[in-house]
Amino acid sequence: MVDFGGWDMPLQYGSQIAEHHAVRRGAGVFDVSHMCVVDLEGARVRPFLQRLLANDVGRLKAPGKALYGCMLDETGGVIDDLIVYFLEDSWFRAVVNAGTREKDLAWIRQHAAGFGVDVAERADLAMLAVQGPEARAKAASLLSPAGAASALALEPFFGREIDGWFVARTGYTGEDGFEIMLPGTEAERVWKALNSAGVTSCGLGARDTLRLEAGMSLYGSDMDEGTHPFESGLGWTVALEPRERAFIGREALEAIRARGPQRKLVGLLLEGRGVLRSHQKVLVPDGGEGEITSGTFSPTLERSIALARVPAAAGSSVQVDIRGKLHEARIVRPPFVRHGKALVS
Amino acid sequence: MSNVPSDLKYTKTHEWLRTLPDGTLEIGITDHAQHSLGDLVFVEVPEAGRKLSAGEPFAVVESVKAASDVYSPVAGEVTAGNPALASEPEAINSDAYGKGWLMRLRPAAGGAAPALLSAAEYEKLIAEEGG
Repeated sequence: MVDFGGWDMPLQYGSQIAEHHAVRRGAGVFDVSHMCVVDLEGARVRPFLQRLLANDVGRLKAPGKALYGCMLDETGGVIDDLIVYFLEDSWFRAVVNAGTREKDLAWIRQHAAGFGVDVAERADLAMLAVQGPEARAKAASLLSPAGAASALALEPFFGREIDGWFVARTGYTGEDGFEIMLPGTEAERVWKALNSAGVTSCGLGARDTLRLEAGMSLYGSDMDEGTHPFESGLGWTVALEPRERAFIGREALEAIRARGPQRKLVGLLLEGRGVLRSHQKVLVPDGGEGEITSGTFSPTLERSIALARVPAAAGSSVQVDIRGKLHEARIVRPPFVRHGKALVS
Repeated sequence: MSNVPSDLKYTKTHEWLRTLPDGTLEIGITDHAQHSLGDLVFVEVPEAGRKLSAGEPFAVVESVKAASDVYSPVAGEVTAGNPALASEPEAINSDAYGKGWLMRLRPAAGGAAPALLSAAEYEKLIAEEGG
């Protein structure tokens, strides 16, 4: 067990690598109830989120559709990354990180006041992520026949209220699956029913190797308030169009974009043996240094992979200082693995 | 519960030692240690001929979670590093006291007798550590 944002959470239930493969090949379940669910309600909730987030909730036209993006401060630093679901014209639901919960809620409330938006933390909800190629079918088997049909009809990145649960086709593993928000009192029963349906219990360790293979960022490791989205591999989540949308951090990001980002977040593939870890120093051939922000052993590729922040001019290869020895690594474009398939070699 | 064979000696830093018929020592990490580390993915063992002093790191065992040094309990000269671990580091997880051995060492003559633990003492140590 480890402390994670104030929650006692298991790194693994059995073998971390076996849990990882279960998600790539079958189905695994993660207890992600530490994630903070926040309901945002009010007639002006959409313009509020268009001010609060660097991605544009104006893109959400169909009810249930989800959007991933960053909440920035005025300097363009990342306060948190989050998912927001458009439920009704006056109701959105955000899911933010556990470790940033207090500052996120304070920031959201501070800005919500001017829009008359009500901010309600849903501490009553547990959240289970069921992930893997067999995850949707196995999770749907716990629902009523009509509920199962409704869940299986969800398009990627959509969520819907089903049988008293909120079921979303989202995740943090690079596999298909659901994230299910349900009353906390039901979580244990559902967890055991998922196990009985052949879904493997998975801990934080496998969650980290899976998200890293999928090239997904972890707040606090790959980005934080000291970094902006363009140097965090998150430029794709910044909606600069339409130009008149005045989101927090916009001016800072436009200035950064005008002079060109100095650093970038890249994927690294270690050429030899060993394991890349966060904070190891990265040396660029023609001078300059970077740092690994997340590194691990990839169970799918059976070699080490990492995300690293390096000078913007870095080319195709670097050296990494692993405990005093320099090792060759290749710069690749994440993701490393998606839907069970290696995308780099 | 960790497996602690009664015929081996142990250290406070979770190494085990077996005295082989020719007087050399076979050394690895304990079942408790492999369990704490989790799935091992990379192991660096010493080359034969390397001279070690007592307490010197001689191997690196790296799991998905972390890299850890392994310390030689006694001074001596390495007679073999386990070559099989390069391709099969998980042998330490599955067979810590057998196929998972890290090195064999000829103890230096006249070296100070190392402070080793019996199986019972080591079991007590890991119980105290919450293992």
